[in-house]
Amino acid sequence: MTALTVTDLCKHYGALKVTDHVSLDIAPGEIHAIIGPNGAGKTTLIAQLSGQLGSDSGRVALDGKDITHLSMPERVRLGLARSFQITSVLPGFTALENVALAVQARQGSSFRFFGTVAAERALNAAAMEALHEAGLDHRAQIPARSLSHGEHRRLELAIALATKPRVLLLDEPLAGVGGEDAETFVENLRRLKGRLTMVLIEHDMDAVFALADRVSVLVYGRIIATGAPDAIRSDPEVRAAYLGEEEQEIA
Amino acid sequence: MTDMTDATRVTAAATRPALSGRVKAALTLFVLFALMPPLASALNDPFYVLIGTRILAYAIAALALDLILGFGAMVSFGHAAYLGLGTYAVAILSGFGINDLLVQILAATAMSAVFAAVTGAISLRTRGVYFIMITLAFGQMAFFFFISLSAYGGDDGVALASRSTLLGMEVLKTDFGLYYTTLVMLIGLFFLCHRITKSRFGRVLTGIRENPTRMEAIGFAPFRYQLTAFVISGCITAMAGVVLANQAQFVSPAFMSWHKSGELIVMVVLGGPGTLAGPIAGAVAALLLEEWLGALSEHWKLFFGLFLVLMVLFSPNGITGLLKKLGFGEKQK
Repeated sequence: MTALTVTDLCKHYGALKVTDHVSLDIAPGEIHAIIGPNGAGKTTLIAQLSGQLGSDSGRVALDGKDITHLSMPERVRLGLARSFQITSVLPGFTALENVALAVQARQGSSFRFFGTVAAERALNAAAMEALHEAGLDHRAQIPARSLSHGEHRRLELAIALATKPRVLLLDEPLAGVGGEDAETFVENLRRLKGRLTMVLIEHDMDAVFALADRVSVLVYGRIIATGAPDAIRSDPEVRAAYLGEEEQEIA
Repeated sequence: MTDMTDATRVTAAATRPALSGRVKAALTLFVLFALMPPLASALNDPFYVLIGTRILAYAIAALALDLILGFGAMVSFGHAAYLGLGTYAVAILSGFGINDLLVQILAATAMSAVFAAVTGAISLRTRGVYFIMITLAFGQMAFFFFISLSAYGGDDGVALASRSTLLGMEVLKTDFGLYYTTLVMLIGLFFLCHRITKSRFGRVLTGIRENPTRMEAIGFAPFRYQLTAFVISGCITAMAGVVLANQAQFVSPAFMSWHKSGELIVMVVLGGPGTLAGPIAGAVAALLLEEWLGALSEHWKLFFGLFLVLMVLFSPNGITGLLKKLGFGEKQK
């Protein structure tokens, strides 16, 4: 059985096809990277998979269960979480509170009006664990608005992890993260490998080829190739559409 | 892993201060409120006790509005409707010979819960300016409904023969009794709201204020939490209405006019939204200014407006912000 099945998914704005009959089969435990030039529709695809954006046609299934018409909160509760390309956290909350809220979403009712939530040990402990996995536990008490860009990216990951997803959609987790920081971040992600299924959108090709089991190439809303990283790297069509372009830029 | 447990311990300690600045500020206000009536009688100015009751009632309403405006970013421009529902609960029940405060509060909250649930469910389909406009529209609908209610005086309203009783006792008959009963209500409701904001529910509500998309992405559907808060706020505001009817011994649609809704927003903004104690201080400041400026000039609203502009310019977080600048109160979270 596949962890996430996408069948003939479409989305268009007027005549512009942003997602054009996308089909993907993602195996449990796999890290599946989706690469493509800017404007290929990667973020739109993530938005459709996460339920933030409706689809015009096609089907999305999580562990065989059809989730095409479920809302984002409903999908999260079934185990499909996402991180955002542009950091989207609760700025006035501390890092710990940001993550604890994600734990709270899956643990017990939130229609409790009396007990002090900040004193709930179970929430804080689970949140600290997620922060630890993302490499941010030492900054737990810092308000999110005071964190650096790299720390925001880690907080994004920690929040997504705290929802205990089976499938995690990562929208450019490394956006704007460079150098050594990027390396440790990739290491954090590698440690999660096998424990959960990940769909990874990333521009950092080093990260993609270091992490991904398989790579799909999205161009103008269509998947033009799917395969092992090495096969993708040497695929002439992919090189023409995407990788070549980048190499030319570098040259 | 040892770092981790250390950090967890730090959390538990940091989040359980002896008394937060917010509670200290509120307790200070409550002590001052409690001291006011004896002081007023000593100064031979017992009229202030009745004015004080009005202030306490509006403080309750401002507190209730802060729960959704300050903590939930829901700017309701129709909250006077709940004040009105509270006042009319008193008038209508007394028409049937029911004069007990508790029954009146029960009826007022029940009516308000229904009204808030229905109008809130529709209003919450919109956001921002549209939310403000649609709550205003519902407030006006309530206003015109009671204007057309000729059995209760329509536009002119209706005078109440007597004040409510409390469990059959005539505690509210004296101005002192009414004042202190209101104060007890205010204190109880403050702590209720305070607990709510610190609870699981409160954290979700505040999270939705900060970033609704993020909240959906971790599994919360904002609507049900916002609607619940909206209903709670409406119910508490109605209790303020019950007090106001007793204070004025008169009920009219004027309590529901959109000016009143605006005044409630002014009290919250003046005091500092999202602080609970702030809006209580805001109600005191707004009503005292009205009282004093009104005695000075019939154009007092002009001066009040000027004061508001200066306040918003120089202290965007209201009285709370001003106190913080002067070194009082808790750190901004």
